[in-house]
Amino acid sequence: MSSSLGNQVGQLARRSILRTLRQPAQIVPAIVFPLFLLAVNTGGLKEATNLPGFPTDSYLTFILAVPFIQGALFSVMNSGTDLARDIETGFLNRLALTPLRGAALLSGLLAGAFVLGVVQAAAYLAVGLIAGAELAAGPAGALVLVLLSVAITVAFGTIGLFAALRFGSGEAVQGLFPVFFVFLFLSAMTLPLDLLTTDWFHAIASVNPVTYLLEAIRSLLIEGWNLGDLALGFGIAAAIGALGMLAASSALKSRLVRT
Amino acid sequence: MTTETQRSGGIEVESLVREFKNGPRAVDGIDLEVARGEIYGFLGPNGAGKSTTVLMLTTLLPPTSGSARVGGFDVVEQGPQVRASIGAALQEAALDPLLTGREHMRLQTALHGLGKAERESRGNELLERVGLAHAADRKVGGYSGGMKRRLDLALALAHRPRILFLDEPTTGLDIQSRTALWEEVARLAAEDGVTVFLTTQYLEEADALANRVGIIDHGHLVAEGTPAELKAEIGRPTVEAAPREEGDRERMTAVLGRFGQGAGSSPRGVAVRLDGGESQLAEVVRALDAEGIAIEHLQLHAPSLDDVFLAKTGRSLEGAAEEEPADAETETAAPA
Repeated sequence: MSSSLGNQVGQLARRSILRTLRQPAQIVPAIVFPLFLLAVNTGGLKEATNLPGFPTDSYLTFILAVPFIQGALFSVMNSGTDLARDIETGFLNRLALTPLRGAALLSGLLAGAFVLGVVQAAAYLAVGLIAGAELAAGPAGALVLVLLSVAITVAFGTIGLFAALRFGSGEAVQGLFPVFFVFLFLSAMTLPLDLLTTDWFHAIASVNPVTYLLEAIRSLLIEGWNLGDLALGFGIAAAIGALGMLAASSALKSRLVRT
Repeated sequence: MTTETQRSGGIEVESLVREFKNGPRAVDGIDLEVARGEIYGFLGPNGAGKSTTVLMLTTLLPPTSGSARVGGFDVVEQGPQVRASIGAALQEAALDPLLTGREHMRLQTALHGLGKAERESRGNELLERVGLAHAADRKVGGYSGGMKRRLDLALALAHRPRILFLDEPTTGLDIQSRTALWEEVARLAAEDGVTVFLTTQYLEEADALANRVGIIDHGHLVAEGTPAELKAEIGRPTVEAAPREEGDRERMTAVLGRFGQGAGSSPRGVAVRLDGGESQLAEVVRALDAEGIAIEHLQLHAPSLDDVFLAKTGRSLEGAAEEEPADAETETAAPA
């Protein structure tokens, strides 16, 4: 007797979604903290729009891309911490004693990140638009923006899964959070890449994938439909997700030493 | 290895060894057989190698050497078949505090491939059987220790396994919860013919529940047989005495030494296995009185599994449980 891969993914996805929805402490900070930083950045850096070559006269519209990335970083912590808890409590061993496939486990666990990604993206976009941000790509652009945000969230979630499986502890996963924030700060977070004049910072930001994820989101907010930026954004998210899944699959094999 | 046991879906273990990195041999060459429908009690203190053995037999930890067949399948070569044959409730009920009992049952039955209708009926049946129907829709985080253990048992039975592994299933439970679990395990073996491999550090649990007992210490199987056989090996009762004045302890040891062989360290005083049986008890009291040793506590023990443990290892199981670290038991993911 063995269940299909689809059924296994569905069952674990259901569990992951239920867990996420039943932990307000996971959802609320992931929404509130990025919005708080949005308010701070908008108030403190709005004069940046006066710089020659700044792409918009609304700093809120420019900086609105940042919460989407910050929110995705929370998914590293949430998905990883949930899995680490399963390892620590022995729940993973319980699952290992069923005919569960490794791919089903990882995909199912990412379902929680998916739901969190949708809720976060909808919240950031709604708050941003209410506060006066523009969305140049219109209603269809909103849909693509949510899709892109979810893709980034799930991609980052795979890194959380890898960390949990590699280190087996929630503390180790949470330790990654500040590291990922460094990636965000060393990107074109507060200014467009072209306006970063400090050489070393520009060099780092130009090779930092987070810069291009931000630019993809900004393209929908500021320009409308820039297919090149969007393709790069989705491509980077897909690449991070694929690499994360490969690493997590490998770590799962080491962690689940069942014969 | 007997083909009889293979056919009947029992457990056969031959020279099973598990070494951990930079550590001792947690399991050091164990041989045992468990027949179908038998309850086998695997008794030993913390760190003795009980849980490591269970992890190997349930395919969650590869053996360093030796072999084991569970339900007729090799634990190394036929892991998926072994897992399909067994149910396991491992140390510490591994449950998700955010899910309800019913949601746990749904997940478990679905992952084992039961059809949708059967999932619901099997889940309800098991929840009813372990007395959790009333709490089925409550989150497990609010369950008591006994309720968690009972749910753990129900989950292990979800796919109707022929063999059940229970790793210290009653540790930390009150006597009522413990008794309820014992009754259910006994019923499973007697009525459903389920083979039960039960690890425990409770003597009374092994004594009350197991058809046969294996005693493990430092990774070695030091004794095996029915509880009655093992106790008969010891034969003689033990007298345990404690002096009222701690300074009299040495003199008390000397007096009791006249009546038999020391029975190891006793947490309460001095223990001696009486050469002349229980009829010597009155003489013991008179001798202590004659020496002017005031007695704080005096007790005669019929031979118990603890005496068996003591005879085989030189230590009381109760004392051993306190002095042994539990690291070998919990180190599950560090293959040598």
